[in-house]
Amino acid sequence: MTDEQIRQAIIGIISDIAPDEDTGNIDPAVRLREQLDLDSMDFLDIVMELRKRYGVHVPDTDYMQLATLDSCVNYLRDKMAGKALVS
Amino acid sequence: MHYDAIIIGAGMSGLAAGIRLAMYDKKVVVLERHYVWGGLNSFYRFKGHQFDVGLHAMTNYAPRGAKGLPLSRLLKQLRIRHDELDLHPQGHSAVSFPGVKLKFSNEFELLRSEVARAFPKQVDGFDALTRAVREFNELDLDAPQQNARPVVRRFITDPVLEDMIFCPLMFYGSAREHDMDWDQFVVMFKSIFLEGFARPQQGVRHVLKLLIDRYRKAGGELRLRAGVARILQDNGRAKGVELDSGETLTADTVLSSAGLVETERLCGSAGWKPALRGKLSFTETISVLDKPARELGIEETIIFFSNRQRFAYEQPAQDVDTSSGVICMPGNFKLPEDPKDHLLRITNIANYDRWAAKARVENDPACEYARSKQRWYEQSCADVLAHIPDFRPHVKLVDMFTPRTIRHYTGHEAGAVYGSPKKLRTGATGIDGLYIIGTDQGFLGIIGAALSGISMANRWVLQQSPEPAA
Repeated sequence: MTDEQIRQAIIGIISDIAPDEDTGNIDPAVRLREQLDLDSMDFLDIVMELRKRYGVHVPDTDYMQLATLDSCVNYLRDKMAGKALVS
Repeated sequence: MHYDAIIIGAGMSGLAAGIRLAMYDKKVVVLERHYVWGGLNSFYRFKGHQFDVGLHAMTNYAPRGAKGLPLSRLLKQLRIRHDELDLHPQGHSAVSFPGVKLKFSNEFELLRSEVARAFPKQVDGFDALTRAVREFNELDLDAPQQNARPVVRRFITDPVLEDMIFCPLMFYGSAREHDMDWDQFVVMFKSIFLEGFARPQQGVRHVLKLLIDRYRKAGGELRLRAGVARILQDNGRAKGVELDSGETLTADTVLSSAGLVETERLCGSAGWKPALRGKLSFTETISVLDKPARELGIEETIIFFSNRQRFAYEQPAQDVDTSSGVICMPGNFKLPEDPKDHLLRITNIANYDRWAAKARVENDPACEYARSKQRWYEQSCADVLAHIPDFRPHVKLVDMFTPRTIRHYTGHEAGAVYGSPKKLRTGATGIDGLYIIGTDQGFLGIIGAALSGISMANRWVLQQSPEPAA
């Protein structure tokens, strides 16, 4: 999966979790929590959706790697390699 | 049949928990004793009219896009869009006591200005109380318990204002007489005064339909007329349930919305603990009017009233305490169209044991139970006339339910709508694999009950690891 596809995968998950949020203008360098109405329950859902859709396991010690879109991409690049984007 | 999770009760908490578990591919079944879902919040047809049970209003109203509130948390957890709920806010409501009335709406400033007008010396204290409520984190399930009245009295020194603040919060959620736990006070203050009331055009059935659809779409199984007779245990661990029919289902986890004492009883616990039995039950009268309530001069959506200077939230010695109550005009929400029926509902505190003792003969209007209903209907209507114009000449049709009805349809001991005065915030029962959800876990209201199911399903089934760092 390319970096752009990983970004799309994350945005796709967030759009499903928070259908009322505008995910079109997320600044990839800024914490997701500061831009969107996401709390710890929602981050748990992002992790569970990554497992459900892509079989990617994110141990709880790594949750802080999901803080921004950029950090998500860096963290998931190896884990998502070779996987196809689920729409 | 073996499940990842069995959920007892298809009310708001059970359905919400079910959606969460089914969404993450858990094999889950919701078991409901009755032939209709909804639990404390349900609906029925009566002589061609559609009536809601339980729900006057959805509390915790937040407009679309509001951040960090219980409603938005609920929507995200269940993947529901705000507009799917079809919520329409209230006009305004009121707390009405002898000689003093406080209006409030979904704009908190209205209540604040009303307090300043009616209790000018108390308004600084009221502001300080509001700050204390806002700053308290009611989601901290491990916070120490304390009583609300001593905390409130630090800010409010006029006992009438104190009672006027407590009155709506108690009527809409307190399982305790006379006082509330502080965390419950905070939950209710936020949900009623800081957030507010709304209602779908079609009432509670709309919300229930959304939840049922979501649950089924996620692959969850719902079994109606499947009452649980016993919770099965093995070495101090819940392992499943036995149904009324004798059928056995096993599961890794059992989530029970049956209530605390009711769940204990399903476990076959020997000790009947009277202190855990809720004492607060209600009657509700439903009057169908021949025209909208506002055409009779009733402007409010909901009125919480007391005919006595000091409001007593306690089990009455007689059948019903008609000196206080809640009057709801569902047609006074800002609905796109007037509901088909123009309803006026009055809720009063009632005594379960007295109603349970009345002789009842099905379809016999002369039996003691039916005559008592008639008598208390009239008393209940007469005692609200200090607060609204006389609507009685406009009543076309009447129905009334009693603590006995509530007991029958919810399974709650003693018809205790808000369950036990003791709440299990973490859901843990002391039996591994068995957790309490819903009213007796301690989140209140429809949104609260649903969040209870969600948070318990997350905590005890889905969440194998701690929360991500902030």
